[in-house]
Amino acid sequence: MDIKDIVKEENLVYKKTPLMTNNVLSYCPGCGHGTAHRIVMEVLEELGAQAETIGVAPVGCSVLAYEFMNIDMIQAAHGRAPAVATGIKRCYPDKYVFTYQGDGDLAAIGTAETIHACNRGENFTIIFINNGIYGMTGGQMAPTTLKGMKTSTSPYGRDLGSMGNPLKITELVAQLPGTYFVTRQAVHTPAAVRKTKKAVRKAFDLQKENKGLCFIEIVSNCNSGWKMSPVKANQWMVENMFPFYPMGDVKVDGQLVIKG
Amino acid sequence: MTEEIIIAGFGGQGVLSMGKILAYSGIMQDQEVSWMPSYGPEMRGGTANVTVIVSDERISSPILNFYDTAIILNQQSMDKFESTVKPGGLLLYDPNGITRHPERKDINIYAIEGARLAAEMGNTKIFNMIVLGAYLKLKPIVKLENVILGLKKSLPERYHKLIPMNEAALKAGMENPQEMVSA
Amino acid sequence: MGELKLMKGNEAIAEAAIREGVDAYFGYPITPQSEVIEYLMMEKPEERTGMVVLQAESELAAINMVYGAAAAGKKVFTSSSSPGISLYQEGISYIAGAELPCVIANVVRGGPGLGTIQPSQADYFQTVKGGGHGDYRLLTLAPASVQEMADFIELGFELAYKYKNPVMILSDGMIGQMMEKVELKEQKPRWTDQEINEMNGSWAAIGKPETRERNIITSLDLDSAKMEQHNHHLQAKYRKMESDEVRFETFNTDDAEYLIVAYGSSARIAQKSLALARAKGIKAGLFRPITLYPFPMKALAELAPLLKGILSVEMSAGQMIEDIKLAVECNVRVEHFGRYGGIIHSPEEVLEALEQKIIGG
Repeated sequence: MDIKDIVKEENLVYKKTPLMTNNVLSYCPGCGHGTAHRIVMEVLEELGAQAETIGVAPVGCSVLAYEFMNIDMIQAAHGRAPAVATGIKRCYPDKYVFTYQGDGDLAAIGTAETIHACNRGENFTIIFINNGIYGMTGGQMAPTTLKGMKTSTSPYGRDLGSMGNPLKITELVAQLPGTYFVTRQAVHTPAAVRKTKKAVRKAFDLQKENKGLCFIEIVSNCNSGWKMSPVKANQWMVENMFPFYPMGDVKVDGQLVIKG
Repeated sequence: MTEEIIIAGFGGQGVLSMGKILAYSGIMQDQEVSWMPSYGPEMRGGTANVTVIVSDERISSPILNFYDTAIILNQQSMDKFESTVKPGGLLLYDPNGITRHPERKDINIYAIEGARLAAEMGNTKIFNMIVLGAYLKLKPIVKLENVILGLKKSLPERYHKLIPMNEAALKAGMENPQEMVSA
Repeated sequence: MGELKLMKGNEAIAEAAIREGVDAYFGYPITPQSEVIEYLMMEKPEERTGMVVLQAESELAAINMVYGAAAAGKKVFTSSSSPGISLYQEGISYIAGAELPCVIANVVRGGPGLGTIQPSQADYFQTVKGGGHGDYRLLTLAPASVQEMADFIELGFELAYKYKNPVMILSDGMIGQMMEKVELKEQKPRWTDQEINEMNGSWAAIGKPETRERNIITSLDLDSAKMEQHNHHLQAKYRKMESDEVRFETFNTDDAEYLIVAYGSSARIAQKSLALARAKGIKAGLFRPITLYPFPMKALAELAPLLKGILSVEMSAGQMIEDIKLAVECNVRVEHFGRYGGIIHSPEEVLEALEQKIIGG
């Protein structure tokens, strides 16, 4: 059988969205960023929103997101993406605007910008990738690093007494009246990917309806920073990250979700 | 013509607004004007002063050491500004609350009982317009009609009903400056 | 003739921004310039022109809102005062690096640190020598009157878009707080989204249509060779500004033996000193740089051979004097005079300094 007999339209099971560029992803093999990028771009493709979307990527592993997302994008200073997005969205209330931020960016250096954009109920979408570590700079402690977790700046494990507690920023922003939909998802299994994509779609639909800020945390791995194989990293994430950062919606239709 | 004026007193006496109305009056008759206040925490309850310059020419420095006229409304300002009046210049003050009266012999000194007149007219808020009226009697650098125009420009529309009262205060001031001879 | 009003510098710049058809203002209150955002809020610009005015949670946020709006091709303005401008520096460096147009006003107060709320000119170095990181330049306009506070909004945006570069209006607490007669321009319409698309669509991040490649606003290139190229491009742009955008004003320089160089409010004070000097028979002149970057190097160098001495006057410990010395290549004696820390020098003090440091010195 020739390869030409296989590569046929009727055999197509998956196709890369044209909203992803052909540039080779710079992320480590096994990292969740590529999947998260694809989900956001597929949703924008479904919405036919390429010409109406502006993305903001600040400092972190996703600093080069504009190399991979085939949309107009702005690179922002560390932590300032929600302010940059506010500037754009206030001037273009009818366009889709989103930020794509890591945990150090969103929950440490940019905490003020995050909280105030959420509190003002800015009509953009925040995609928050939480892998509990600073990946780009080589594995330093993040605001979301778990208790006892080893990083290059907590080499003997995070000591809560001297280094503070891991920050559940998602639960925190859910408390603010300006957020409308707040959820925590993951991208480590096909089922998780489908759920995340639904959440992203919902967030962009709600943005169109001017409902307020929608906030999607994606708990992800950092196999390089965690010094694990990709499979091991995903296992570790399920066993250690998920109990502290539980999956599921935190706020829906402007109402906190009561769990119990 | 260039007239360089310092107006100084307590915050709340209408020092800054007196200067503003005077400056607006200058604009109404096509003159150049500047209005430079002291600003900051000192304004809150403390002393306030403003330098106003009205001139036929482009104004250079809005900040000055010496003045053609000093309008002085409290003792601290008397202590600070009496010496800054140019020889032959004018010092106009309200004697209410003044314990040490001006002593210079080389300037023209006038008093205006602004606080007393305002109380007699039943409105302490027109105090600054009485003083301004006295000043304009002594130095008619702007016409009364232009002061009224200046008031209209500087007051929000909702306060325009107060203009007749301000005009009366200006006129009361014009009738009452009193020449003082230094002891 | 446009409408005449008596306004504070801070109010005039705010009103001028509305009339310029500015799309957005983002700022954070700080004395002595809070009247800018207060005036804008009071004027309901969203009703007058549709202009967006937002009080940010910090100066860090404000300048990044400016970055976002400018990156999306909108005409955007902000203002602050010295400590706030220090916080702006990161954003200004990004804006310069990404080559975005915007206008920023600094109503300078005395420092260092929290300093004082009184006027100062001690942010000269910060403005014209960098402030933020990297090799970049800010086109800097120094208004000396309330009228120029208003006029430099229009000029500032013209230059900002001509060079795709941030423009700084470097004023101080004196110009910000004083009132003068100001002639206001007619209201310009704001650009429509279609006009923005036509003018800025080649570079602005406003949504990628099928017909063009995506627009990316960034100051980053991990490839150093490309980053050097980008810097070459920026430097060429700065050389162009230096040759084409120098602005200055002179008073009594034709027969001057002694020259006072002063900008902004110090230039106003020095005009009075000049009159006092001439009245005493001293042949003094005044040179007022209007653009601080680009600094009028050539014009000063041409005057230098005719002079016996130059007094640099600014409300600082002596910052602009370094550029004057570079301009005249030390061929003529240059001395500094200035009160600082929030003190404004008087015309008499400036004259005394001229007599003691230059004429008698």
